[in-house]
Amino acid sequence: MALSTSSNFARPDDAFRAVVEAHRGLTDEQSADLDAALVLILANHIGDIDVLNEAIVLAKRRVVDGQQQQQQQQQQ
Amino acid sequence: MAQAKTQFGYRRHPDQDRPGADPAQHAVVVVGAGPVGLSLAIDLAQRGQRVVLLDDADRIGEGSRAICFSKRSLEYWDRLGVGDRMVEKGVVWSVGRIFHGESQLYQFNLLPEDGHKRPAFINLQQYYAEAYLVDRIDELPAIDLRWRNKVSALEQRNDSVVLTIDTPEGAYRVSAQYVIACDGAKSSLRQMVGAEFAGQVFEDQFLIADVKMTAEFPTERWFWFDPPFHAGRSALLHKQPDNVWRIDLQLNRYADPAVEKQPENVRPRIARMLGHDKFEFEWISLYKFQCRRMDRFIHGRVVFAGDSAHQVSPFGARGANSGLEDAENLSWKLDRVLRGASPASLLESYHIERSAAADENIRESTRSTDFMAPNSHQEARLRKAVLSLAKETEFGKRMVNGGRLSVPCSYDTPLSSSDADAWNGGPRPGCSMLDAPVATRAGEAAYLTDTFRKGGTDFTLLGFGNGVAIDVPKGVREIRIGGADGLGDTAGLIAKRYDAAPGSAYLLRPDGYVAARFRHPTREAIAAALSRAQGLN
Repeated sequence: MALSTSSNFARPDDAFRAVVEAHRGLTDEQSADLDAALVLILANHIGDIDVLNEAIVLAKRRVVDGQQQQQQQQQQ
Repeated sequence: MAQAKTQFGYRRHPDQDRPGADPAQHAVVVVGAGPVGLSLAIDLAQRGQRVVLLDDADRIGEGSRAICFSKRSLEYWDRLGVGDRMVEKGVVWSVGRIFHGESQLYQFNLLPEDGHKRPAFINLQQYYAEAYLVDRIDELPAIDLRWRNKVSALEQRNDSVVLTIDTPEGAYRVSAQYVIACDGAKSSLRQMVGAEFAGQVFEDQFLIADVKMTAEFPTERWFWFDPPFHAGRSALLHKQPDNVWRIDLQLNRYADPAVEKQPENVRPRIARMLGHDKFEFEWISLYKFQCRRMDRFIHGRVVFAGDSAHQVSPFGARGANSGLEDAENLSWKLDRVLRGASPASLLESYHIERSAAADENIRESTRSTDFMAPNSHQEARLRKAVLSLAKETEFGKRMVNGGRLSVPCSYDTPLSSSDADAWNGGPRPGCSMLDAPVATRAGEAAYLTDTFRKGGTDFTLLGFGNGVAIDVPKGVREIRIGGADGLGDTAGLIAKRYDAAPGSAYLLRPDGYVAARFRHPTREAIAAALSRAQGLN
């Protein structure tokens, strides 16, 4: 099974909102704890190491690409 | 300490009277009389080889060191004639508990089913294991065990290795077709062949203490994350024979080993854990975990086995047990090569199989160590999430890593013939045989591992009778289950564990690993698989 990146929620705004609201009122530290637990719960629910690895690659590209862009800007 | 014999005398050997230019010639010299070298020597001797076994000390090592010996190791020691003694003295266990803070997260059973001769594990001080192996060697005249013989130089030739050996009476030389280096993590032979020992050293330090006390704890492996008596770190408690208890306490990476090892500093830590101070120290050690391996386990005519070839952190009982698996993997191959029954290239499969096993052991123990000592804030955060989820969820419990205990590796190896038939279970080629109860023809209860051992641990065809005799190639022993003249599968467990129907057959290697399996064995198919497993094509 491949990672699905098509839109799976009938109401995507509700899903985004649910995550945003879960973090409301939390300190950064608490938010990070919440995310860590959430990632593990969802990863287990998916239960497919290939899908998880694909998701990690997709997510990590934000971080690594951002880093590279920053470095390029600094060099310019 | 041990009641067993632990001190051995140096004895001059006639080899020492020969001129250096004309050293005595031996088939195989094993260096290092630890559990691996001793077991390997016994195995080779039982296969008909003469073995010179050298050790630089004159006594069995102090301290318990390795304590957990696996089912697989016990089955191997059964074949070497020492299994019963080990199990009689050892503390049998299969249950572990993991605690977080004051509460239990979960418990596991490493051998939840019946019908196995040996338990999941025994705990036994390494000095007992070594003493029993030395006693067995005393019964085998083919083994020439020389204490206080320290290898000081090694020279590889085309057809032999020449060792220079220091003794209390000066140096002498011997020549060997093969040298097996079982001389431990600090192997001097490894340095002599100029090999690297690359890997990782973990920063956190662990205090290991063996204490003697009378206690009512059950014979289970107890592991704590962040216990009240040792806040923020991990701890382990495990029983050994003679009322000795193994205690591991994680310390921080900046702890001063010289200070922390002092009994007066260790005592209050242990007293906090036990809630009393009515105990005596047997052994205290402080160390950093290391995971390393050699790139190649074979250098010319020198073969490395055990800690000399690979080192792992101890949570998982993967050190001594994997060294014993090295010994059982190497001995039948080396025996065949020395007898000229297989080409020397068969030894390459030892490197392939056991270096892959070392990688697996290093991967598992690295994961456990990283879980116990997270490398970053985020790793610590993920661990905190797992420990917290473990209180409420099944998946969280299974992610808690307090050490994944040693199980036999499965080999992806050129010696295996891949399945040509459909199987829905049973050990596939490259996996270890499974034990199960059998009934002898006289109706006595026994175990499959016994039957395999008594057959002489050569290549063996494990056949499930259907009334048709299998045409077995020469040199292959046969164990037949069921049918008119076979052994009884009284509990039905053999057929079940091997996914076997009448007519099925497994070809087992001398180390008890599956080489091939067949639904409808023919002489040609068995012969082809045998030839492949013997490194003949």
